Order: sequence, then structure tokens, then C-alpha cells
Amino acid sequence: MPETQGSPYEEPLNEYRPTRRGFLSVLGLAWLAFTGATAATLAAMGRFLFPNVLYEPPQSFKAGYPDEYTVDVVDERWKAKFGCWIVRTNSGFYALSTVCTHLGCTPNWLASELKFKCPCHGSGYLMTGVNVEGPAPRPLDRFYIGLGEDGQIMVDKTRVFRQDKGQWSLPGSFLEFKVA
Amino acid sequence: MNDALQGFFNALGDPRLYFLLSCGLLGASLYWRKWFTKIGTGVALLAFAVVFFVWGLGDRDFFAIAMKPDNVPIAGMLVLVGFFTWLALRRAVINDELRARGEPTLEERAASQKVFVWPDLVYTELICLMLVGALLVVWSVYLKAPIEEPAAPAISPNPAKAPWYFLGLQEMLVYFDPWLAGVVFPSFIILGLQAIPYIDRNPKGNGYYTFTERPFAITSFLFGFLILWVSLVILGTFLRGPNWSFFGPFEYWNTNKLEPLINVNLSEIFWVYWLGKPLPQFWLVRELPGLLLLVGYFGVLPIILARTVLKKIYIEAGFARYQVTAFLLLMMALLPIKMLLRWAFNLKYLVQINEFFLNI
Repeated sequence: MPETQGSPYEEPLNEYRPTRRGFLSVLGLAWLAFTGATAATLAAMGRFLFPNVLYEPPQSFKAGYPDEYTVDVVDERWKAKFGCWIVRTNSGFYALSTVCTHLGCTPNWLASELKFKCPCHGSGYLMTGVNVEGPAPRPLDRFYIGLGEDGQIMVDKTRVFRQDKGQWSLPGSFLEFKVA
Repeated sequence: MNDALQGFFNALGDPRLYFLLSCGLLGASLYWRKWFTKIGTGVALLAFAVVFFVWGLGDRDFFAIAMKPDNVPIAGMLVLVGFFTWLALRRAVINDELRARGEPTLEERAASQKVFVWPDLVYTELICLMLVGALLVVWSVYLKAPIEEPAAPAISPNPAKAPWYFLGLQEMLVYFDPWLAGVVFPSFIILGLQAIPYIDRNPKGNGYYTFTERPFAITSFLFGFLILWVSLVILGTFLRGPNWSFFGPFEYWNTNKLEPLINVNLSEIFWVYWLGKPLPQFWLVRELPGLLLLVGYFGVLPIILARTVLKKIYIEAGFARYQVTAFLLLMMALLPIKMLLRWAFNLKYLVQINEFFLNI
């Protein structure tokens, strides 16, 4: 493209006069820089979601000796730390998750009415964990429960037993323990 | 006397009675709108509301709910919603009479008295801005923000309530699967409202209040807004207590209130109670009654309605727009139907397919 040489009064010489190609390459560079900065920010934010240290309680824990539990009482001592109720019946133990199967609130155990009742939408569960009231679609999950070598009860929250999948009859969902 | 009155209002707080009464009140005020929109009626209703509220505050349990900093805006909202509904209906009644006589409407008359944005409107707005600003300052100084104890995953407040303006949505979650009540239905509310200008191209009522020219549109809108939103906010605020049980407005919130409820699914009623058989193992067979009911509700009912009640709309709107209208209306009606079924028969789900997280 021929350069137009006009009079200095009409065309200041130091004025920036981009060609189409030059303009596009500058724009491309700017756009690339912007994309790079955005990607870096997003990457940093993504990294933030995976912290180096997670202060979570372990997923499996020892829950004391069987004779520390009373028959037909819902034991709430592990609720705050491990999110789990341990119930002892005449024939043994099971561990219930404290997460409501409707939307994940924490139900309360109402000892006088013998049921778990969720304060968010009113789901109610029997002592066995079976849902009878409100919108909860399925019973509370049970966790693996067993006896350790030292005679203590072991609960493993990574192994979940769901009643609607027929898993409550599997070994590990219930710990047989007769009253001596 | 006081106890008897409180007992009476507690009895009205029964959800079935409360809901049907709200619908009845809306229907009555629309049907007898000439009487309802008289100045005297409006003043009497306002006086009743104020007297009821002040009298109610004398009760410890009512006071605890109504004066919770979270809930104070509700009292203002109720008065404002009531007033503006009354005002719109009043202008509609006047306009309908004027148009029946062939005279210009209130809005057409006002059009000849136009004023300038600057200074008339801007000054009015400035004064409003200062008054509302002052109100907000006083409000925020005298009513402390309800900050609660630090969050703990093991402890849910009992009852755990959403902010008051979302209590209608929270109420919906009691009756349907979370992803339906929390995602699909709210989306349909928004999409349905957006769709109104496209499915309803009736030019009547543009720029002036009327009722007789748009009875169907106005009634369905008021049902959706006043009943399914505002009255559910009231229900969630005043009638839902600990364990999400129902309490009367003057009832003590007893955490251990015994409420024997055993929910049953439609599949259990059909197979076990009526046919005396065990539930079929395969989900499609098990949920067949509920699925057929839904197919009939969304597939067959619009056709019946098009030939009977909604015939006029079907002819005016044409097939496609009628279908969308009918679908949105039936979606809206599903909520009160499900609520009444739950309250009356402890019906849990019409269709419960845990296999696909589909619970309707």
C-alpha cells in the first residue's frame, strides 16, 4: 500500500496509522494475553479447591467395646465427629449415617418418640433407619460395622449399605452380638 | 374468650383448612369484587388485619414468630400485597363499568394530564429515596441481624428454615424429589412467566386495569402468586415448627409434638391395599398405576379440557399455544394437588423410582 505523503499540517508524521494486518496481530496478541491471564486465574482458583491438607476425621474409626452400649438405645456419641449413630439391639449392632436421604440435613433423634426427625423438610425415620414420614425417598444409609481384633467395634464409613439396593442383608451391615 | 379465639385460629391453621380457605377467599373476593373493592370493605379488612396482628402479639408464641427479625418484613409484605391487589381490582371494577357504558377508562383519562419527568417525577423519586433510606437506617439500627451460632455439620437448627421469601420453595421440597422441586419446577416458574407474552397475545387489558375482559388470565396469575407463593410463605413462616411439623399460629413449638404419620406410595396403595399382592419387583410394573395417572394427567386431560372448560382458549390460541398453556397450568396445579393428597391421605409419591431418582 503506497504511503500517502500529505502536508504536515494535514497529517502529523508521528501519528500511529495501523494497517489491517498490524491491527489484527496486535489484537490477537492482546486477546492471547487476556486468555492467558484468565486461564491462569481459573487454574489458580481450581488449585484452591484442592488444599494440601484436609482436616477431616478419618473415615474408619474404633467405636469402643460392645458392652459400652445399651440395648435399644441410639448412641449419639459419634454423631458430631464421625456423622454416625450406633444402635444396639437384642441381636447386635448397626451404624446409621446422620445424613438425611432427602436433601442431606442432619436429623435429630427424638428419644421420646423413638424416631429420627429431619428439621428441614420433616422426613422421619424409625430406629432401624427406615423412612416412614415426609419426603425422604429411601432409608438412612448404614455403614460397615464389625469387631476388631482387640474386641472393639470398628466402623468403616467408606463401605455404605443401602436398603433399597438390598444391601442390608449383606455381611458387614449388621454386627451379630448376643447379650451374654 | 381469648383462649377460645386462639383455639379457633389454631384450628384454622390446619393445613387443609388453611389452604382451602385461602383459595376460597381468593375466589370469593374475585367473584364478589364489586363488594370487595368498596372503600369501606378495604378499610374494614385493613382494620381487621391490624387488630388481629396487635391482638396476636399479646400471645407469647405468636410474638416469637412475628417479631423475629427475619420475619418482620412479612407483616409489611402482607399489607402491601393485599393493598395492591385490592387497588388493582378496584380500578378494574371501575374500568369495567366505564367501558360497559362506553366511556374512557381511568388510565385514558389520566393520559390527558401528563406531567414532565423533570422535575415532577424526579422530585417524587428523590423524596421516596430519602424516606426509604431513612426507614432502612432506622430498621437496621433497631433490628439486629439474626446471626446464629457458628455452623456445625452435626447440628441443624430445628426447624431449619430458608429465608422467608423462599419458604414457598422449601414447602415444595416436602412434596417432590429435590431435583424436581428445587430445579425443574422453579425453572418452569421462570420459563412459564417468560412464555406468557408469547402464549397469550390477547391485546385486551393493555394499559388499563380490567377483570371482566381477562378473567381467566388474572385468576390463574393471582392463584399462582397469591396462593402458591404468598400463602405458602405464610404457611412456612407461621405454621411450620420444629421437625417441620404443623403448628397453629398460637401453639407452643414443642419439639416433641407427637405426629403419627405413616406415608404410603401410590404403588403400595394400588398393589398391596387394593389388589392384596406384594409389590412387583420390576420398577416399571410397580409404578405403572402412577405412571398411567401422569400420562393421563399430562396427555389426556388437556384434550378433555380443550373440548370442555378451555374450549374458548383452544379456539383462540390454536393447537401449539394451547398445549403449552395447558401444560404449564397442569404443572402449576400439580403442587396443590400433591399437597392436599399428602395432607389428606399421607400419600408420599405418585411415582417413586429410586432407581432413577425420580419421585413425583
